Amino acid sequence: MEKVTKIVVMAKQVPDTRNVGKDAMTPEGTVNRAALAAIFNPEDLNALEMALQMKDRIGNATVHILTMGPQRAADVIREAMFRGADGGYLLSGKEFAGSDTLATSYALSCALRKINPDIIVAGRQAIDGDTAQVGPQVAEKLGMPQVTYAEELVAIDDKEITIKRRLERGSEVVVSPLPAVITVNSSAKECRPRNAKRVMKFKYALATSELSTADSEKQSFIEARPYLHIVEFAAADVNPDYEQLGLSGSPTKVKKIENVVFQAKEAKSLTSEDKDIEELMKELIASHTLG
Amino acid sequence: MANFFLDNKDLQYHLNHPMMKRIIELKERNFADAATYDYAPHNTEDALDSYRRVLEIVGDVCGEVIAANAESVDHEGPRVVNDHVEYAAGTVRNIEALTEAGLSGMTLPRRFDGLNMPVTCFAMANEMVARADAGFENIWGLQDCAETINEFATEEIKAKFLPRVSAGETCAMDLTEPDAGSDLGAVMLKASWDETAGVWRLNGCKRFITNGDGDISLVLARTEEGTKDARGLSMLIYDKRDGGVKVRRIENKLGIKGSPTCELVFNNAPATLVGDRKMGLIKYVMSLMNAARLGIAAQSTGLCEAAYREALKYAGEREQFGKPIIHFAAVAEMLKNMEAKTLASRAMLYETARFVDIYKQLNHIANEERSLEPEERQEMKFYNRLADGFTPLAKMFSSEYANEVAYDSIQIHGGSGYMKDYACERLYRDARIMNIYEGTTQLQVVAAINHVTKGTYLEQIMRYEENERTEATKAMGEKLVELRKVYEQVVARVEALDKECAGYKDFHARRLVEIAGYIILSHIMLRQAGEMEAEYLNPTKIFVKYATKKITEAAAYINESETSDVELFKA
Repeated sequence: MEKVTKIVVMAKQVPDTRNVGKDAMTPEGTVNRAALAAIFNPEDLNALEMALQMKDRIGNATVHILTMGPQRAADVIREAMFRGADGGYLLSGKEFAGSDTLATSYALSCALRKINPDIIVAGRQAIDGDTAQVGPQVAEKLGMPQVTYAEELVAIDDKEITIKRRLERGSEVVVSPLPAVITVNSSAKECRPRNAKRVMKFKYALATSELSTADSEKQSFIEARPYLHIVEFAAADVNPDYEQLGLSGSPTKVKKIENVVFQAKEAKSLTSEDKDIEELMKELIASHTLG
Repeated sequence: MANFFLDNKDLQYHLNHPMMKRIIELKERNFADAATYDYAPHNTEDALDSYRRVLEIVGDVCGEVIAANAESVDHEGPRVVNDHVEYAAGTVRNIEALTEAGLSGMTLPRRFDGLNMPVTCFAMANEMVARADAGFENIWGLQDCAETINEFATEEIKAKFLPRVSAGETCAMDLTEPDAGSDLGAVMLKASWDETAGVWRLNGCKRFITNGDGDISLVLARTEEGTKDARGLSMLIYDKRDGGVKVRRIENKLGIKGSPTCELVFNNAPATLVGDRKMGLIKYVMSLMNAARLGIAAQSTGLCEAAYREALKYAGEREQFGKPIIHFAAVAEMLKNMEAKTLASRAMLYETARFVDIYKQLNHIANEERSLEPEERQEMKFYNRLADGFTPLAKMFSSEYANEVAYDSIQIHGGSGYMKDYACERLYRDARIMNIYEGTTQLQVVAAINHVTKGTYLEQIMRYEENERTEATKAMGEKLVELRKVYEQVVARVEALDKECAGYKDFHARRLVEIAGYIILSHIMLRQAGEMEAEYLNPTKIFVKYATKKITEAAAYINESETSDVELFKA
């Protein structure tokens, strides 16, 4: 039998920090998760699209989502299934709580060793932390090459992948051997929409812990349809060094969070003369606002 | 993150209408498909949930993709390249998004890769697409040509074409010609049998063909040499892959600019006959037209929604004399009337769609599975008659409202609305065709007047009068009974005078149809107000006031009118 290429997309459920209201922050200065809708991290959707494109080109491939989070993070997996993913893995348990990027990438890499994918794709960064560290750290831990800021899938075969990267002042095309970790930029193609038939097919998909609390009718319904079962890993399932998980595995300490309010400090008047506009351009380039 | 389904409670109300249960029953037939298709529902609740989720996808694609492309599509429009249509870039993206979302073949059976959804849900999708871009709705909505194929073609033809529609190929219905517009019986495009190739060959010209370069076209052509009327016309399918049709030009239109309106030249184009010869216009085009009219009602309702929302937004933001203009009574009244017309248009659209769903599904069962039980046959007849009576009303009212609401939307924008800077000017241009194509309002009156004389409307009004009233809707219910008596009085007067003077009924036909329509629309609104007071009571009050004014006006005109008026208005 021909080999099936296994593609895994690392995705995260995040609070929607793009449209924040007044109650977005608690008085203590932390994110008020209750006030913000939980959404699919936007760049992870770009990553999913690129993974689905890989599958479209290779043909004989599967796309699965890997997400770490509480039970409700299974929503991210279902959403991906509605848009084209074949299934997913939910990494969940109290041992993972309080993870910084180091502990997160460690936990994910443990799960990935178990899954053993050929290609790992992830969004560049999540909108709640904006660190862009997890993807590269996973690559390091698994000893895989990494391609960051991916914007376009140029070519792929079973040995290597060609990616166009978005750089600050242009773009470059790189070739990497597989397996590899690809982190995808928001400038990449937007994710395809949910597909009607897939939504109808996968709407009852449940992760193991969700299934255990479902009524018996639903349980037998899903048992008869294995494609509706979202695999759930507890800590013990991925053979971790427990010291490196969660809070104990997280050296990052948040010292202080401040609410920054931008205020207009000074205004500047310009005439429409070329000289003035040129001056402004120079100033903006010098301050790296432009260019 | 606009979603045109989730932001529209009225649409969601109609999806949950009690009649949906019966529609699902007929559409899913013991949920037998669940054994074969992993996306088929297992019970009524499951089916309704699937409909809701699919419409949510439509709402997302409309809000995020199609609406965002509408302006550029209006500017760019399609063009002719090497005898074929090239869509505007935005149109191509719209089609891609809808195809990726798997939203083609919405009503087709699953064995043809369709979603097997009711006409009611397809109309909802059409409405949302039209709200996002009315011109694009023409291209996408033409998938209801597939419904006609599904209804009348052989299994072989269905198997060849329908899965292609489900995969996103577009359709066209090639009916009109330079000398055959409203009078389709005059169609001259010639179809002759090619014995050696075993196909029909089409030769001639078609004009004003929406999406004329679509992948699959239903063509009305003259198969009977020497004939001159409707009885010589048949329906054929032309497959673009076979070649033989050139796009001579695309019309330069006032609105719906993204929708290519084509002049086509057929040069020995091969085609396949659908159904029986000579039945093209009499049977198949009539069915096609009814579906298309419901499509225009959906398109018009979507346009009302868009124009009302634009006006509401602007009126809330624009300040004059120190306050937003929405707080001026004259503006507020316009907005409230626009809202009431939009809701009434939608109420009529889905009432009609539900009637269509029930009789069409019973008809499918009778054609494909088994003979109907006596009570089912009666049910089919009952809803068929209502659907035939309501379709011209729905098309006429909603398309006239689309024009009125778009007109008022510009009025509320003031001078800014006359500029190209706001969407309302595009909506105004787009609306203008809606009460013209697929049968002008005047032709809808011709279809509807029979139901005035035969009593279809009166009977249904009496049935609506039986509906239970709440404390809040009681007085309006009584008002509608009074108006019904006015209707009966003017119908009696017109029929009596028509006997004295031929042409008297024709002269008042539109007024009679409008009176019937206003009472019917009011009743549907009133029923909604009884079910959901918070949402519908005030718009219903406003609509009934408006309807009362219109009915009183028309009735006064009729009662003042003598038979000599017929002569007075003659050309």
